[in-house]
Amino acid sequence: MSVFLLKRFATFVATLAVASVLVFAVLDVLPGNVAQVILGDTATPESIAALEARLGLNRPALVRYGDWVGGLLQGRTAQSYSYDTPTATLIGERLQVTLPLALLAMAFTVLIGISAGVYAAARQNKAGDVGVMALSQLGIAVPNFWFAILLILLFAVKLQWVNAGGFPGWSEDDGGGLWPGLVALLLPAIALAVVQAAVLSRWTRSAVLETLREDYVRTARAKGLSRRAVLWKHVLRNAMIPVLTILGLQFAFLISGTVVVENVFVLPGIGRLVFQAIANRDLVVVRDVVLLLVAMVVVVNFVVDVLYAVIDPRLKPSDA
Amino acid sequence: MSAVLPAPPASGGLVARALRHPSFAIGAVLTLLLVAAAVLSLAWSPYPPAEIDIPHKLQAPSAAHWFGTDSLGRDIASQLLVGARASILVGVFAVLIGFSIGAALGLLASARGGWVEEGVMRLSDFTFAFPALLSAILLGAIYGPGLVTGIVAIGVFNIPVFARVTRAAANAIWAREYVLAARTAGKNRWQITWDHVVPNVASVLIVQATNQFATAIIAEAALSYLGLGTQPPMPSWGRMLNEAQTQMFQAPMLAVYPGMAIVLAVLGLNLMGDGLRDLLDPKLARKR
Repeated sequence: MSVFLLKRFATFVATLAVASVLVFAVLDVLPGNVAQVILGDTATPESIAALEARLGLNRPALVRYGDWVGGLLQGRTAQSYSYDTPTATLIGERLQVTLPLALLAMAFTVLIGISAGVYAAARQNKAGDVGVMALSQLGIAVPNFWFAILLILLFAVKLQWVNAGGFPGWSEDDGGGLWPGLVALLLPAIALAVVQAAVLSRWTRSAVLETLREDYVRTARAKGLSRRAVLWKHVLRNAMIPVLTILGLQFAFLISGTVVVENVFVLPGIGRLVFQAIANRDLVVVRDVVLLLVAMVVVVNFVVDVLYAVIDPRLKPSDA
Repeated sequence: MSAVLPAPPASGGLVARALRHPSFAIGAVLTLLLVAAAVLSLAWSPYPPAEIDIPHKLQAPSAAHWFGTDSLGRDIASQLLVGARASILVGVFAVLIGFSIGAALGLLASARGGWVEEGVMRLSDFTFAFPALLSAILLGAIYGPGLVTGIVAIGVFNIPVFARVTRAAANAIWAREYVLAARTAGKNRWQITWDHVVPNVASVLIVQATNQFATAIIAEAALSYLGLGTQPPMPSWGRMLNEAQTQMFQAPMLAVYPGMAIVLAVLGLNLMGDGLRDLLDPKLARKR
């Protein structure tokens, strides 16, 4: 297993490194004159030169890249052009919304998706199975940001149970608090979770059905174990192995969904930050945020790989 | 003496089976509606979709405006019709990019194996870390938003999807006895790829293409909603949703129509893909 994990760690580091090169190349090298891109076509040569000096753009690309990555590894980030604040500060503030939202959405996804998938598999080809699969087919077709708008229409416009958007903050001193914060993230998390849960339920059903066909399951039933006992003791753990891999892949879609849904609910998270940065042509912020989002996806997939090695006994070293 | 397998049904049988398959039939009808709307919009729409008519803004559905009008008096039905064009354009080109490059990489990886296969798979792993939206953000920040930005961003993300699916399907073909026989007979790997692998993975790729088309429609709508996709004056379902959100209290239905259009289009393609998967599976074909 340690060889497996070492290989995965090497892939993780390599992926992050290549991602940083690509992000830097697209945002810092390909555009040619980044200062020109930031200031626009009407900028004077003097203002372009001044911005180049301020952002260090007159240094070679390799030096700028090394400076950027070296700074990140030491916890130092560049100054945002439009906010005049280190990007780390901006990102840290916004992560206080995006991270809890992503985690809440993932929790809902796992709860709804796996339950629905197991339920459908246990009732294969019966009404329950058909109903769940029909709903999941519909769920996959629904854009998460449209579902978010429908939730706002129902709960904010029609029923007026919640606000149509915004985030009160986690601190009671700012007029928010833990409970108001969670309430503000509830509808966005559900909007994100619906599509992912639909996908996860189909994969879970498929994995459980595959495992139910195994010989050891037939043996367990022949030994007298009930269907429920077989499902919980033997089937689920083995079925979760491929499901775990899918969860890792789904996280990438969840992160990009978070970017969109934050804009629907006007949440002050990473998604809103990156779009404001694009509008302000603040490429420094865009660069750091995109790398952060890519890094989150890569880290989650690495964690999934580690959990995979823990759960799957075939990857553990055999006992002497 | 070996058993003789029944011959697979002729292509006419495939069409008849397709029309009887509920998923495929419903999916095909919905997909045809999408294509018909896009094609019809080239020649006709009830009103010019960008025509502003402020005195008739936010009107309810009527005989004159079947789905009503938006905040600028533009006809919703016309925008829905022409919006189908953006969805089809992005879907077709994004899938073409992914299919042509991805399938080629997958076939190469499978045929060569070794470090070539490892390299292609690591490249596709890496690309998965860049969902289409992030790529569109990156490209939009530099080159500006637009239809082409969206197509490239979504298309690039399709490449590893097709590469993985093609490689997995091709590896299964390479393990077959008839391929071993072809190698023994002296055929090189490219001849085997062309003569045996490509025809046998085609059905898998067709199914994947319909699924990716559906994904591309949702991705385009998301990009347009955010202002990174199709730009005015070309209508887009995603941008219609963005504009409708500002009128949620006055005209909530404005947010429903474009969303329903997206759902029906994506549902149609997904159902058609599911149906094709069943119809093109040779094991299921023999059972029938």
